[in-house]
Amino acid sequence: MCGIVGLFLKNKALEPQLGKMMSDMLATMCDRGPDSAGFAVYGSGDSGHVKLTVRAMSPNFDFASLASRLSEAVGSSVAVDVRESHGIFTVPEDAEQTARKTIEAIGDDVRIVGSGTRMEIYKEVGRPDAVAKRFHLDQMAGSHGIAHTRMATESAVTTDGAHPFSTGRDQCLVHNGSLSNHNALRRQLKRHGLSFETDNDTEVAAGYLTWRISQGDSLGDALKHSLDDLDGFYTFVVGTEDGFGVLRDPIACKPAVMAETDDYVAFGSEYRALAGLPGIEKAQVWEPKPATVYFWERH
Amino acid sequence: MPTIDLEVTSLRDFNQMLHDLSEGTNDTYFRVLNPRGRHAIAAGVDAPVSIEIDGNVGYYCAGMNKRANIVINGSAGVGLAENMMSGRVHVKGDASASAGATGCGGLLVIDGNASSRCGISARGIDIVVKGSVGHMSAFMAQAGTLVVLGDAGDALGDSLYEARLFVRGTVNSLGADCIEKPLGDEYKKTLGKLLEGAGLDGQVDPSEFRRYGSARQLYHFHMDNLEAY
Repeated sequence: MCGIVGLFLKNKALEPQLGKMMSDMLATMCDRGPDSAGFAVYGSGDSGHVKLTVRAMSPNFDFASLASRLSEAVGSSVAVDVRESHGIFTVPEDAEQTARKTIEAIGDDVRIVGSGTRMEIYKEVGRPDAVAKRFHLDQMAGSHGIAHTRMATESAVTTDGAHPFSTGRDQCLVHNGSLSNHNALRRQLKRHGLSFETDNDTEVAAGYLTWRISQGDSLGDALKHSLDDLDGFYTFVVGTEDGFGVLRDPIACKPAVMAETDDYVAFGSEYRALAGLPGIEKAQVWEPKPATVYFWERH
Repeated sequence: MPTIDLEVTSLRDFNQMLHDLSEGTNDTYFRVLNPRGRHAIAAGVDAPVSIEIDGNVGYYCAGMNKRANIVINGSAGVGLAENMMSGRVHVKGDASASAGATGCGGLLVIDGNASSRCGISARGIDIVVKGSVGHMSAFMAQAGTLVVLGDAGDALGDSLYEARLFVRGTVNSLGADCIEKPLGDEYKKTLGKLLEGAGLDGQVDPSEFRRYGSARQLYHFHMDNLEAY
């Protein structure tokens, strides 16, 4: 089944409350996906630096010593913000590759789950409201974010299989549905040089978008192409540095409701997720059309 | 005249209250506050009562309705009035997918638009949509009527049995075995009665509609269609 919520703030005054609003929305979708949860938040950041979201595979991982190892490798002080099993490392933009190599050299204890100027990704196995609490989502600020509650159908219940999946710098994807041609597509993408961590269908969709973008597509064009190349059911919500996009499969198999006011644009798998938002009574509420790419961007 | 606030009374208790109504009950009008998209509000009612819901409802609102008159001052999620037997359900906003699905009787009035699969597998329900309907509406509909004042999406009436479809606007495409048929006087009369029932008496001219029905080529086994099965 799975549940998706997304929130894009038009009114900057609400930014300190983004995490609180998102965690309330996420909690309503627990029964659509009680296995695991994840979210991406677009918070602070500056153009000279990249934030690497690193997930530790075992408890009590020493993030501080990784930070000092990174500082040594890149030649300047690297800050780390630790939230439970995840650490956000801020490194100078031109040192990203060095930092990645240093992290990857550690081996299987850690995994880089996303990178970007502003994007941070958190995901874990467990009830979504508990996952949100572990990471203190309600205290996070930002301009927009997307979140997912998972009921696994295509692959195992693991943190690796939880959404969002990163599709590139400051880009990520959450998915409700199931793709039927993901094995064939995974093989094709591997031939193009992509690598995959899981048997998960959504990781293939994320990989597909990453590949299209690397071939010169805009994210909007990549989403349009996915209508031709992805077979199955999907409602996708993608996050970008400037906003978020929505795409439903041509028969709109999976639910989606959106609401817009002067203050925000919000997405929910069900209206319940939107019912607690401020001013929802007066919001414009509608269902996104099938096979139509929607985008909201900050100006 | 009980007023039920679903932030105070649990939905399960409220639905049970409706299921427990005895014949000749004095409580004939219920007002429901704070539905907040909850699922299955006022599902399974079998009593001649009126229920008015203030706000947006979730999935399967008024499902299996028998005899009750249910008004939603808001929009409805998936499966509004699913499998309705009789009575009347009126949503003032939009309805999501599969409104009136498998309905056996009664009247469903949607003031706004309905999403995909409106009236899917209908078995006798009458549905009047004042806006437009999405794709695959009236899919495999067996009996009853779907009236659309706006437009219809792709594959209207795919694999249709004997339900009658009337659309005033454009139809994106007809589904397999669905064809346009002449709108004779008998049908205009039927249509007029339904429009009257939906509160549109005299406001809409039945002759502006086009009628669609089954070509009856698919629903009996035919050797020539073997490839299609």
